[in-house]
Amino acid sequence: MAPGLGWLVVFMVVPSLIVLVVAFFERGVYGGVDWSAATLGNFRRAVDPLYATIFLDSASVAGVATLVALLIGYPAAYAITLQPPRRQTALLFLAMLPFWTNYLIRTYAWIVLLNREGLLNRLLIGAGLTAEPLPILYNSFAVVLGLVYNYVPFVILAVYSALQRLDPSYAEASRDLGAGPWVTFLRITLPLTASGVAAGAVFVFVLSIGNFVTPDLLGGGKVQMVGNLIYDQFLSARDWPFGAALSMVLMAVMMALLFLNAAAAARARGRRHA
Amino acid sequence: MIRTVGLAVALLIGVPAFSAVALAEGKIVISNWDGYMPKDLPEKFKAETGIELEVAVHATNEDIMGKVVASGGKGYDVLFVSSPFAEALAKLGIAGKIDHAKIPNLKNLYPEAAALKHDPGNQFSIPYAWGTTGLCYRSDIVKDAPDSWNDLLKPDEALKGKTTMLSTDRWLMGAGELALGMSVNETDPAKLEQVKTLLTDAKKTLLAYDDTTFYSKLVSGEAHLVQAWDGWCNYGITENDKIKYVVPKEGSDLWVDTMVVVGNSPNQEAAHKFIDYILKPETGKWVAENIMYKVPNKAAMDALDKGMLEKYPNLAYAPADLMKYEQLRDLGDGMKTFSKVVTEVMSAK
Repeated sequence: MAPGLGWLVVFMVVPSLIVLVVAFFERGVYGGVDWSAATLGNFRRAVDPLYATIFLDSASVAGVATLVALLIGYPAAYAITLQPPRRQTALLFLAMLPFWTNYLIRTYAWIVLLNREGLLNRLLIGAGLTAEPLPILYNSFAVVLGLVYNYVPFVILAVYSALQRLDPSYAEASRDLGAGPWVTFLRITLPLTASGVAAGAVFVFVLSIGNFVTPDLLGGGKVQMVGNLIYDQFLSARDWPFGAALSMVLMAVMMALLFLNAAAAARARGRRHA
Repeated sequence: MIRTVGLAVALLIGVPAFSAVALAEGKIVISNWDGYMPKDLPEKFKAETGIELEVAVHATNEDIMGKVVASGGKGYDVLFVSSPFAEALAKLGIAGKIDHAKIPNLKNLYPEAAALKHDPGNQFSIPYAWGTTGLCYRSDIVKDAPDSWNDLLKPDEALKGKTTMLSTDRWLMGAGELALGMSVNETDPAKLEQVKTLLTDAKKTLLAYDDTTFYSKLVSGEAHLVQAWDGWCNYGITENDKIKYVVPKEGSDLWVDTMVVVGNSPNQEAAHKFIDYILKPETGKWVAENIMYKVPNKAAMDALDKGMLEKYPNLAYAPADLMKYEQLRDLGDGMKTFSKVVTEVMSAK
């Protein structure tokens, strides 16, 4: 326990505290931090409607990405569990295969596919489905697509492991008692794999809301997410304190969500054992 | 690809690489943008001077500023930065005074290079490359040749969704400032507010912000008109000669990339030798041929192939013409307001 705790303190608690402290000061003229006077200004600025909107937009982009990833990932995981065991391993391997490629390259590939002169638009025009190229790149649609594509394997893995732990006799019993496949799924399988769904959803949401590469590449820099905002404060505006304040707000939001998730999971466990 | 060819040419021309290696005279560390000087320069420099050259790279001015502001420049001897950052380094006491007596090759520079507003007389910075920021476009697609920043910021119906702008703060704002007839070094909040409104409206008509691949977007036809540094427009011209570059009638900024010597570096002698080495015509010629930027080095520009100046007209801009444009300057305290406005533009819908 002690080494783990020490690790956490040194590499997580202390750095987070540094970020927290920096957030209460002003930027120096040439970057860095002006330690002369403490201020709440950065937090006040972080909740200004302009930036608050970015938080909300990021949450909605991440939320949509999470939802779509679940809608794709759950059936995919379910389909995998229906296969013979050896093929299951192979399919899971295939689901993880894209991770062997660099994230940047995987994302960049979508630019090649989606741009005005890209493969998809060429095919659509060739097939006579559209006369003008569709504007499918450099907007929030492309950002959501990129996030879903990159993170759906996490959902597949999380849901798959939940489905694996599920005792098939429950579903059999449900069907023996006359429930159809849909009712069985909705009332037995889905609730019993909720923990996997929640784990996958948290993964996708947390990774998406802080992401800055995908909005930058697929959003063409026009779709700002909170990750871009923070990145810019540190690397181009040289306003570390404001960037630190934004990071703190983001961390607070995430921790609240994770806490709610954990509380809900605990309550669900409690109910099951009652 | 351009750079590979250049390197091959450099290798063919050949150097008496291992002929007269002088006695080791220590080692210096420089930081430059990746690929901004010949790859084999450290070897050649060592062969000639005996000084070991370690090349660190930075991706942006902000990147290297972050590194040296915290440490006072410790660990570096020479830095390549754009002029406003050189100015900031001088104000911070990190850039040292340059001893002209130790740099005989200063004679290769145009007289204009010593008259730059950020550092008249090259007290703390030596210019490495310079140029303009303007409009790069497909002359075969854009009907009326653009000649104003407003052609980019308030595009015709046909151009909407087919333009890109630079997102690096000074140039992003510069486009708006020039369009409104302001200084590219404006810090007055009320005026910056006007720029913000203009740029926020322009944002809705953009295909994307793009600092690195805008010329490929022109080549592919995704974009028809982009804000570009002159040298980068040349990369597009290489692939498609229908691509053209123009400085809008409202003008451009004059950007200057410079070399500064870290003042408290213990290797002053070697650092000055390095700058002297860079100012030989060969390096400048390499930059013009491979990076396709103009260099303030007259000897280098004179050595350029005339065909190149015809193919890339912006390489032929005369130094006297460049000097008409306002240079980007360090904004000092004004930077706080400035970056706030930039953040607001980038965050706007």
